[in-house]
Amino acid sequence: MSQIKEREGRRKAPLSPWKSATPKQSAKKKRPIEGVASLDHRFGIPMIAPFFVIFVIFGMAPVIYSIYISFYKWDPLGGSTFNGFQNFVVLWSDSDFWLALRNTFSIWALSTFPQMMMAIGLAAILRSKRLRGASFWRTIFLVPNITSVIAITIVFQQLFGRDFGIINGILGLVGFDHIDFIEGVVPSHIQIATMITWRWIGYNTLIFLASMLAIPDELYESASVDGASKWQQFIYITLPQLKNTITFVLVVGTIGGLQVFAEPQQLAADGGSSKQFLTLTLFLYNQAFVNNKYGYAAAIGIAITIIVLIISAINFLITRRISNDGGGR
Amino acid sequence: MAKVPRWQRTSPLSYFALAIITFLSIFPFYWMFVVSSNTNAEISKSPPSLVPGGRFLIVAQKVMNAEGVFFSSALFNTFIVGISIAVAQVVFSAIAGFAFAKLNFKGRRFFILFIVGTMMLPSQLGIIPLFMLVKNLHMIDTLYALIVPALVTAFGVFWMRQIIDAQVPNELLEAASIDGASVPRIFFRVVLPIIRQSSFVLGLFAFLAAWNDYLWPTIVLQNPHHFTLQVALTQLKPMYGLDYALQMGGAFLATAPLLILFIFLGRKLVSGVMDGAVKG
Repeated sequence: MSQIKEREGRRKAPLSPWKSATPKQSAKKKRPIEGVASLDHRFGIPMIAPFFVIFVIFGMAPVIYSIYISFYKWDPLGGSTFNGFQNFVVLWSDSDFWLALRNTFSIWALSTFPQMMMAIGLAAILRSKRLRGASFWRTIFLVPNITSVIAITIVFQQLFGRDFGIINGILGLVGFDHIDFIEGVVPSHIQIATMITWRWIGYNTLIFLASMLAIPDELYESASVDGASKWQQFIYITLPQLKNTITFVLVVGTIGGLQVFAEPQQLAADGGSSKQFLTLTLFLYNQAFVNNKYGYAAAIGIAITIIVLIISAINFLITRRISNDGGGR
Repeated sequence: MAKVPRWQRTSPLSYFALAIITFLSIFPFYWMFVVSSNTNAEISKSPPSLVPGGRFLIVAQKVMNAEGVFFSSALFNTFIVGISIAVAQVVFSAIAGFAFAKLNFKGRRFFILFIVGTMMLPSQLGIIPLFMLVKNLHMIDTLYALIVPALVTAFGVFWMRQIIDAQVPNELLEAASIDGASVPRIFFRVVLPIIRQSSFVLGLFAFLAAWNDYLWPTIVLQNPHHFTLQVALTQLKPMYGLDYALQMGGAFLATAPLLILFIFLGRKLVSGVMDGAVKG
């Protein structure tokens, strides 16, 4: 079930929610799939049934039930009592929730924007027709993506170590003081954001590369004939064509960013001495499986979902706005 | 030789950037090996040792025999879970994806919209009721708790639908059905051979996701004998304090199978990722 895979939205070859959410002209032109006439369509329902039954039981039912228990004070040991919107009221005034929200967004911003800029730059390099070893670079860039979060956290925690870490060693050589990448608020966010960036930059580079390869060569050729520099070609040809992909990477990145859990949990299970890297999902996990507050944790889950939906809606509106402004493209 | 047009040239600077990223991508793996093959003293001195030492096998043995940590059974459990999930997802997704792509039945549109809609939901939303459900089914602390809820994904079905729609020509299906082949027969004889490659990629993605999953296993597994690699890895930390070599040795051993897999299948994964990307 996609519902339980940590950050699966980012791992899987993405396309889907986004593609159907914003039907472009191309989608309209595309023939709707209406089935092959001569096939026996009575097989349809039986063929989707196995998938659908499991999906409803383990995917949809928990989601709906989650809404139900969020209105209860629900203790797996002590039973449950209905308490209306109380969980949400408490959540709204819970300083930990706002702290977790702040941390989550800080980590998200630090891991999303630098990564996206680098990924676009790298994809632009990989697009070059005359690049040697194109397939080699593409493959090697994907290596970090197959590694587990736990293994990564172990390595990076050592690299970022306060006393003996290489990163502080290098900072020391250049004349900086050692930085505590766990106790400091921003440094701890940088550490976590680095792990995320390291893991996903190659993947996103490939996503951007795929959409750059779809840009016709003629555009570059004629721009070059007109005397446009490489930089100008990048700004005026490449970037506008990447608009959809950028939005897509942002949406998927946001869903993934709201699910950051293993990295902070491995640094410190409670989110740090001053909860400086308590993220929303870590908050949810601790409320549910450490404090046994199922109802409250379900309310946190719903809050996270609302945030995802709001951000997706904003993204959707912005993209629509831009494509409308772009006229009859 | 014809002169390379200006817009196609690649500057040495580009290669330099690629080399740096390659270095950064590889270095953590190299570092895992360096740390796990040196003594903690070698790593903690300044500057630390940057080359592998000779202790890797000793450390690997220590990982395997660490008290309370059952690394080899974790390896086995992870394989079982990964392969079961990969096979199940491919089978269920291919069957349902075919129906969604090529058959016309009542409610098809609604089902597709419904599935796509659920893909927008974050995974945390249903996790508590799912835990309660799995508990009521007496699957807590068994590998079934990992496998059963992951048998199908909305993503898998949607992906397969797109693949089958794009790769299997309608004319072929028409011809087969006019020849009198039944739908199941067409599915096995015509559709499956065409989508073999893509199915494999989907299975690979599912396998990797299962291998690296951490949140759900850490919720439903309790007995260290039943742990998957990721959960077992986290055990190496608190029990042994700051034994970097041991932790990194574990991390390396847990990653090595994936790296070997990647050497053979990396290109397939690359094309899988790129095929899935939004074009334009």
